[in-house]
Amino acid sequence: MLIRRSPGIPPSEVTPKHLYLNRRSFLAGLPLAGAAFAAGSARAGTKLNGIAKSPFSTTEKVTPSNDVTHYNNYYEFGTGKEQPAGLAQKLKTSPWTVKVEGAVNKPQVFDIDAIMKMAPLEERIYRHRCVERWSIVVPWIGFPLNELIKKVEPTAKAKFVAFQTVFDPGIMLSERAAGIQLPYVEGLRMDEAMHPLAILCVGMYGEDLPKQDGAPVRLVVPWKYGFKSIKSIVKIKFVEKQPPTTWNITNAHEYGFYSNVNPEVDHPRWSQASERRLGEFFMRKTLMFNGYGDQVAQLYSGMDLRKYY
Amino acid sequence: MPLKRILSSRWLKVAVFALCLVPVLLLVWKAFNGGLGANPIEFITHATGDWTLRFLCITLSITPLRKLLRLPELVRFRRMLGLFGFFYGCLHFLTWLVVDKFFDWNEILKDVVKRPYITAGFTGFVLLIPLAVTSTTGWIRRMGGKRWQMLHRLIYVTACAGVVHYYWLVKSDIRLPVFYGAIVAVLLAYRLVVSLVKSRKPLPRATGAAAGEPTAS
Repeated sequence: MLIRRSPGIPPSEVTPKHLYLNRRSFLAGLPLAGAAFAAGSARAGTKLNGIAKSPFSTTEKVTPSNDVTHYNNYYEFGTGKEQPAGLAQKLKTSPWTVKVEGAVNKPQVFDIDAIMKMAPLEERIYRHRCVERWSIVVPWIGFPLNELIKKVEPTAKAKFVAFQTVFDPGIMLSERAAGIQLPYVEGLRMDEAMHPLAILCVGMYGEDLPKQDGAPVRLVVPWKYGFKSIKSIVKIKFVEKQPPTTWNITNAHEYGFYSNVNPEVDHPRWSQASERRLGEFFMRKTLMFNGYGDQVAQLYSGMDLRKYY
Repeated sequence: MPLKRILSSRWLKVAVFALCLVPVLLLVWKAFNGGLGANPIEFITHATGDWTLRFLCITLSITPLRKLLRLPELVRFRRMLGLFGFFYGCLHFLTWLVVDKFFDWNEILKDVVKRPYITAGFTGFVLLIPLAVTSTTGWIRRMGGKRWQMLHRLIYVTACAGVVHYYWLVKSDIRLPVFYGAIVAVLLAYRLVVSLVKSRKPLPRATGAAAGEPTAS
């Protein structure tokens, strides 16, 4: 602003944009480096204020944040569980925009700041069940996805919502190394996307999202296997036909479009009847729809969940 | 030759034994120092599985190495290395049996029958049991070198089963199982080539290895 208001400064004196953006990212990196020195932690989040509690939160014991941030999948940043915590720090989450397009009356590009202010932020303490048979309880922060959907006014043609993760080959694994097609894509049926349990998530544990957990904005759909909750979203498209989804492309036989948590429908290679909650020694029983059946079972009434796995 | 003297020394055997214990001691140390990560059981399962495969590969490489390098002394370590493979296989199997399944025999049976990767791993493990039992010098004598050698070729099946078990388990990143698969393939191909060459020009008399340790595998 200051620069624009001073016509006396010759253009040669003005810091080129790429340089001051660089400076900004350098400054943004400083607190991170400081924290790393201080506590050996890979994270120094910005505290989010004015977070409302939600009746949808579980009262179960929350998984320690260090476990959630150092044991997760983000294949673009390594196929090992501990790799994303380190490698994802290269991801630049500012500036960030999310393009919303397709079968909507008001297609638009949202800046991350606009998304953070789109609706009152709530804490949602959800069970999160990975298809690999481990689970966590996470205090996510976000707002219902339907708030964004209402803003863009989907047309009658919008039957599904497709999501896309950022893809930056310069800092991410190649498709071959990751073993999956990139960019990562996911999708929901419109009624699933409108369900109040499905949230656009911008933070966790009282702070903004760590990069390895899908900063700056991700999806959280607690009744589905974790891979449906797509990270670091850059594009949302409303479409008429069921969109392709990454794990379904990788192995359609093992990962369906719906991928609802279901203890009765086994993964072809392993049983889904039980899971290991991080921090617990023995396995525990997996719940139908991850324990959210009362809220979401009606979405699938009359559907054969073995066929639509 | 000093190398041969070192390879024949009693102390080297003790040192190799101690070295083979390092992976399990490291696991114990990590367990008490919070070094097993957020999912310790998975960490232990993967580590013991990895070491089983590694020891199978090391054991299988003894014969090619001692022949190619002309170091027959290496055979002294073969039984111990094989038994360490079995030891880590036991730890791997027990982690699954106790912590994952908690002796739920019904579930275990279902898993073994229904899950190909468990069928493969379980088969590989079970086939190692007779090899461990008959690994003593007494058993070699009782069975006779030829039959003992035949039986101990089961390790080929176990090594293949182990690789398949690993390959069928991973979600998409197949680099490591393929890597182990390549090693096992080379080690078995060596034997195939040797046996083909041997069958072409039969030797007048087989030159045996050290007494009491027949040239198996």
